[in-house]
Formats: sequence, C-alpha cells, structure tokens
Amino acid sequence: MFTSNPFATLSGVISPEMMQGYIVLMVLLVMGGTILDMIHKKSAKYFFENAKKAQKSAKREVSGGEKVAMATSVLVKEVLTSGEFSNPRRRLSHLLTMWGTILFIVTTASMIFSPESTSTLLPQLWHIGALMLAVGGYWFWFAIRVDVSAEGLPWFRFERADLFILSLLATATFALAWSFTGGGLSVLFALFILSSTVLFGGVYWSKFAHMFFKPAAAFQKRVIMADGGRENLPPDYDLTDPEVQRKFPDVPMYMGKNPPNMGLCIKAERAKHY
Amino acid sequence: MPTFVYMTRCDGCGECVDICPSDIMHIDKKLRRAYNIEPNMCWECYSCVKACPHQAIDVRGYADFAPLGHSVRVIRDEEKGTIAWRIKFRNGKKDMELLAPITTKPWGSATPKLADVPAPSKEMRDSQLLFNEPKYIRMDDGGLHTLQSNGLEIKKGVQY
Repeated sequence: MFTSNPFATLSGVISPEMMQGYIVLMVLLVMGGTILDMIHKKSAKYFFENAKKAQKSAKREVSGGEKVAMATSVLVKEVLTSGEFSNPRRRLSHLLTMWGTILFIVTTASMIFSPESTSTLLPQLWHIGALMLAVGGYWFWFAIRVDVSAEGLPWFRFERADLFILSLLATATFALAWSFTGGGLSVLFALFILSSTVLFGGVYWSKFAHMFFKPAAAFQKRVIMADGGRENLPPDYDLTDPEVQRKFPDVPMYMGKNPPNMGLCIKAERAKHY
Repeated sequence: MPTFVYMTRCDGCGECVDICPSDIMHIDKKLRRAYNIEPNMCWECYSCVKACPHQAIDVRGYADFAPLGHSVRVIRDEEKGTIAWRIKFRNGKKDMELLAPITTKPWGSATPKLADVPAPSKEMRDSQLLFNEPKYIRMDDGGLHTLQSNGLEIKKGVQY
C-alpha cells in the first residue's frame, strides 16, 4: 500500500492533463491569495517603514558579507529548522507539519506530472509526508495550539484563522484514508480534493502567507541587532566583564565576580497556568 | 504605560496570556498574535514585557513621564539572573542603561525547606510571630526595634 501510487488508480477516470491542470490552478490560487493578503494587511509597507525607522538608530553599517551570512543563518535557523519558536514542543510540531506538507505537496506534484513513473520511492515519501503532517498537525491542534494551551479554550472551538490548519489536517487525513481504502473515485477522494481546494484557495483568509513574510522579518531582526540599534533594547551584557562590573557595581556586590548560570525560572514551566 | 505587541516579532506562544495578572493579554482570533484587549485596565506591571521570549511587547509611556518618541525597554535574563533596562529620551541624546541582579542564587535553590524544619512548639504556635520573623526583625534581640529604643529621634523639617 505504501509503495503504490494512489493517483495511478484514477488513470482510467481522470486524465493526467486534468490532474496537472488542478495542480497549476492550486499554485495560481496560492500566489494570488498571498499577494492579496499582503496588499490587504499592508505587511510589506509596514515592513519597509519599520526597517527605515530602525535604520535611524543604527550605530554602524552592516556590510554586504555580514548580510549574506545573516541570510544564510536565517535560512538554516528560521526557515529550515523553525528556530524562531522558543517552545521546543511547538518547534517540533511545526517541523513535522512543515516538512510533512512540503514532502506531501512535492511528491503529489511529481507523481501527477510523471504518471508513467513506476518508482516506489515517491509513493512512500507521499505517505510519510502525509503521516508527518498528520502527527505534527493533530499534536498542535489538540495540545499545543495557544487557544488550548494558554487561553484554556476547548480543542473543538475554532475560528476563521483555523481554516489553514483544519484544511491542512483534513487534506492529510482524507488523502491517507483514500489511499488506504484502495484509491479510485470515491467519497474519500472527493473530500480530499475539497479540503485541498479549501487549503490552497483559502490563502487569503488563512495564515498561509506568513511563510513568505516571516523569513523577511527574521532577517530584518538580525540586521537591527547587528547594526547596534537593537530596537532600543539594552545590550547583552557579559557579567564577567570588568567594565560592566565597574559600571554596575551591584552586580559583583550581590552576585560575585563570576555569577553562575541561574537556570530557567519561569521558562522552566510551560505557559499553562490558566 | 499600557502594553502593545509588535506583530512581526510575536510568535503567538501564549507566555504573556499566561502571566498577565489582569488577564488582558490575549491572542487575536484572526492573526493568532498576542494583543492587549483593554489597555485602560493595564496596571503596567511589565510581567508580559519581561516574560516575552522575543521582546515583542513594548509599552507606551504617559506624556508626563516620557513624551512621545521615547523608549523604555527591558530584557529579563533568567539564566544570568539580571534585568537590564534601556531608557531613551525622545531627543535621542539621553540614552540610559541600567543593569541589576534579580537573584543571587540559582532559581529554586533558596526555597524554604519547611519539611526539614523541626515542628513548632506550642509556645511558638501561640506566639504572634510568623515563621522566620525573629531572624529578620530581631524580635529575639530586645523586642521590636524603634527609633526610641535605638536612641534616635526624627528631626523636624526636610532633611537632605
């Protein structure tokens, strides 16, 4: 089951061109939704205005080389490994969902655009991707989602902003159920197509577009920290530095000249005290 | 100085929702980012500002304290055990930095181990003193210390 291409069971019913046309339509819907979302929220306008404002408090110019290093770091830390999440459970759940989605979408497109392929690797990756997406997504929905974990709301209460995660979960669930029941034209296939159409067609109403905006915000934050502006935040003091100890004598007086690591305090506990 | 959230910095983790004593930090239903639902009710305790792992929460100053254009920002570093403030005046010239310890021992290591302390005697239970009280106000050293008992007196007028 894991090694068979579920889309091959549709070959006699739906033409490959029709399936390819659907994929192209979904890509266009994502592009259009993202652009509309950015225009509506004025994300790009805010981003550039904020960057300009932050530049005024810059203390030095960040070189091109440094910017390249920062972009690489953003790619490795924020984009590929979701490093912006301080909560490790949320980061793991996001990684599973994100990489599962990518694997699922890429293998779906590959199988549809190469219908003659007899490779067993692609169907295996397709199933693994859908499973990763389902595990990470359901974990997020039932336990990690901020409404449940911090706001104390029940898991079954949802808002329009949940359209993205719900349609994503429905897509993965119905895709797996469709494949496990032998594929072909069935109710499960109709539900799979319906949920994936809502997922890609609902970009404007969901938070799908954040994936294009967040890396830019992460990059800008790094530039602000490097150019000395630091968004007006205080410096990251080294408590063992004699200059810092001279400037702030309370530190060596009460903590000693080489203070130990004090541990995590409230960060050691999960934000779940409602 | 009610709080506000920089939406691009917030990742919707819920730390501020969890810690807010007024229960006014909540997650926006559409954007899934934190916001102050009722700034008038914010008592400016700075709990959310300090708890935010991304420094995404800031405060708006009252005009008499810090006119528009100022900045009061803080980083509470738990592992270092310090709190650092930076206060920038709106003329951009006065830029003050402050750093102070918030603990002198690793977190949790100075919690009173009440189970290890001998049970109080009947005399202690009947006393008006609280646990550990004599140690700090020295009730065991001649009773309550006053200016009079220490041979001091209040001087009239404003003393600088």
